[in-house]
Amino acid sequence: MKVLMFGWEFPPHISGGLGTACYGLVKGLTHHKQDIIFVVPKLWGDEEPMADFVNASDISIDYREKKFKSIWKNLTYLEVSSFLVPYLGPEEYQKFTDYAIHDRTDVDESIFTTKYEFSGKYGKNLMEEVSRYALTGAQIARDRDDFEIIHAHDWLSFPAGIAAKEISGKPLVAHVHATEFDRSGESVNQVVYDIERAGMHAADHVLAVSQLTKNIIIKKYGVPANKVSVLHNAVLDASIIKSTYQKKVPEKIVTFLGRITFQKGPEYFVEAAKKVIEKDPNVRFVMAGSGDLLNRMIDRVAELRIATKFNFTGFLKGDDVDHMYAISDVYVMPSVSEPFGISPLEAVRHNTPVIISKQSGVAEVLTNAIKIDFWDIDAMADAIFALLHYKGISQMFKELGSQELKKLKWEHVAAKLVTVYEKTLSQKS
Amino acid sequence: MRTICFYFQVHQPFRLKPYRFFDIGEDHHYWDDFSNRSIMRKVAQKCYLPMNALLLDLINKYNGGFKVTFSISGTFMDQMQAYAPDVLESFQKLVATGHVELLNETYSHSLASLKSKDEFKDLVSKHQAKIKELFNGYTPTVFRNTELIYSDQIGAMVAEMGYDAMLTEGAKHILGWKSPNYVYVNSIEPKLKVLLKNFQLSDDIAFRFGNKSWDDYPLTTDKFIKWINAIPKEEETLNLFMDYETFGEHQWAETGIFDFMKHLPEAVFKQTNFGFSTPSEIASKTPPVGKIHVPIPISWADEERDLTAWLGNDLQDEAFDRLYDLEKLVNTIEDEEIQRDWRYLQTSDHFYYMCTKFFSDGDIHSYFSPYDSPYDAFINYMNVLSDFMIRLKEKSSTK
Repeated sequence: MKVLMFGWEFPPHISGGLGTACYGLVKGLTHHKQDIIFVVPKLWGDEEPMADFVNASDISIDYREKKFKSIWKNLTYLEVSSFLVPYLGPEEYQKFTDYAIHDRTDVDESIFTTKYEFSGKYGKNLMEEVSRYALTGAQIARDRDDFEIIHAHDWLSFPAGIAAKEISGKPLVAHVHATEFDRSGESVNQVVYDIERAGMHAADHVLAVSQLTKNIIIKKYGVPANKVSVLHNAVLDASIIKSTYQKKVPEKIVTFLGRITFQKGPEYFVEAAKKVIEKDPNVRFVMAGSGDLLNRMIDRVAELRIATKFNFTGFLKGDDVDHMYAISDVYVMPSVSEPFGISPLEAVRHNTPVIISKQSGVAEVLTNAIKIDFWDIDAMADAIFALLHYKGISQMFKELGSQELKKLKWEHVAAKLVTVYEKTLSQKS
Repeated sequence: MRTICFYFQVHQPFRLKPYRFFDIGEDHHYWDDFSNRSIMRKVAQKCYLPMNALLLDLINKYNGGFKVTFSISGTFMDQMQAYAPDVLESFQKLVATGHVELLNETYSHSLASLKSKDEFKDLVSKHQAKIKELFNGYTPTVFRNTELIYSDQIGAMVAEMGYDAMLTEGAKHILGWKSPNYVYVNSIEPKLKVLLKNFQLSDDIAFRFGNKSWDDYPLTTDKFIKWINAIPKEEETLNLFMDYETFGEHQWAETGIFDFMKHLPEAVFKQTNFGFSTPSEIASKTPPVGKIHVPIPISWADEERDLTAWLGNDLQDEAFDRLYDLEKLVNTIEDEEIQRDWRYLQTSDHFYYMCTKFFSDGDIHSYFSPYDSPYDAFINYMNVLSDFMIRLKEKSSTK
């Protein structure tokens, strides 16, 4: 089967988990001899050649195509109404608005540049890039008629997926890796939400990275349950990592590693740390990462008077991430809302027992972990204490966790995905 | 005789290097040797060397009629020995004239007076020994506490240690209607004289001298003499206390600060009935007018003249309390490096960097801070302290 896939980033140039998941999925699909046309806004040239990569920045758009004009008309609205263009002064904004409100179907095509240089970042022109990306999506769908199904990853590429479907008439699968509710809690960006919703409703089938995410899609986006399938993530490499990196401190280490933001629940980790430290002097807590709640966490740690037993590392990269996993005795992911959450699986690869919140997708695939509600700091403290002191349970998690990991392969995920493709195609025809 | 008392604070902290979590338990060297050395060298060129030369000239010129007083912190003396022997030599020359007084303080510019009497006394005697060693047996008789921090209790403690006098800030809220231009005594131990900084005239030089938006800019010696002469006749002592780095570092040479100082003594001798004295001379000659009551500690910092530059927010209090939790354990360990690090970690500057008073005095704090934010300062300090605690534990268990 030939799949036209729209992503936003691809390793090695990634800024989030989306790129990693796309990589695993493509790898799994090629294992099952599927052909993939993978489109990204910007290619760097050093991507692993496992798909037919298309660089959206190279695509010339023919604006004379009638259908494009109607797509474009919808998209200009999107740009103007966006809150994600924060740097426009009032005058510029006025110009921008006049230009866009004007019905541009009669504008001569020469004023448009036919190519658009994407940055592929999540910057101030994000909305502009998202809508331009949709146009190139339409163009690619027109140029290449050799694919059977369209697959779009997350809201950034949903408009491209919708446009490609409109042009080609081929079925669309919308893949949801995270929703706006995970990222922003209840204070959602309405424009982003609207795009997500439009993508899910335009799609012939929707994929969710967890049951948790499926529930959100049904409840908050009004998508019928039978249109949504759960497709859990997997790990690229399930082998156990034997690190030679040695811990330098005498205490046992309990780690939080991730962005220090609302979504990740760092404050519950701090509160649980206080409870454990009161009982056990031989433990050191580490919060690794950065984010908008970092300073508030530092303040709280100082206020609780536990700062000699609670360290902050700042943002970690490269080997330091591996070192951190390697020296951890317990890994905690107290996410408030986590569509999947790959990091606990990394911890398991380092033979580190994990505690994860029930509000995370990964809890659905990892049996050998302690699962708690993110807000239940007493349960979290109990679990930390138990894993630090009761060898039986931590030893069991280490052994069974690594076995469990071996079952989480992208090949299996891809096999399930192929059946979803087939079902979607058969329903369409 | 009416008299002006110039006292200059000479201090540099041992700044911490960026110390990461992964360094804990492994790297026991905490100090940023490069920046400590380069800052010392920079300020030596801009301030210490030229200003010491200028003061030596003035002292020689007036044959002792002009005199000044220094308090040189122990960390500064250590840094002179390591990075700036030329600066040390120029201070030694000044002291050798016999017209320069040295004050006693805590060795490491510490806040121990607020926490532990034992530690405080220990740091003072270490400072005294260091002065003796570097300045030909010199023994101070007057005390100045870190950042001019003073309270009735601290004064009583200093009196008990045998000092004749102590310097502090002439803070508005403790003086009320009273003038700083008199000698006062401690309210618990009246034998301890208390000299108060005239912050108006001191800060005209230290803070406002080069400020072009100040109404009185530029400050000339004539203008300053006029203000001195405006002091009521019965007020005898004018205490001008400031950081030594005022000259050439806080106020750059281009502002004319060196010329101002060069001409000030002559103008004072010719146009006023003031002379120059040191704190010990004032303490022995000038009768005190009464007790000064300071129930809550004051300092010379910021608008509030209180302790909030160093203590009070959660970051500062946590770091400070955890540090002094270690005092008893440290005292049981005879290890030179442990003892040195313990002293250097007490330096008030570390807590100053953690100050979060962003909106009023934050700008002056950030000017002096090597960190981007108080949070960075806190994290770095606590990482170091975590390692220090591990070392203490190891040393005490192997004994």
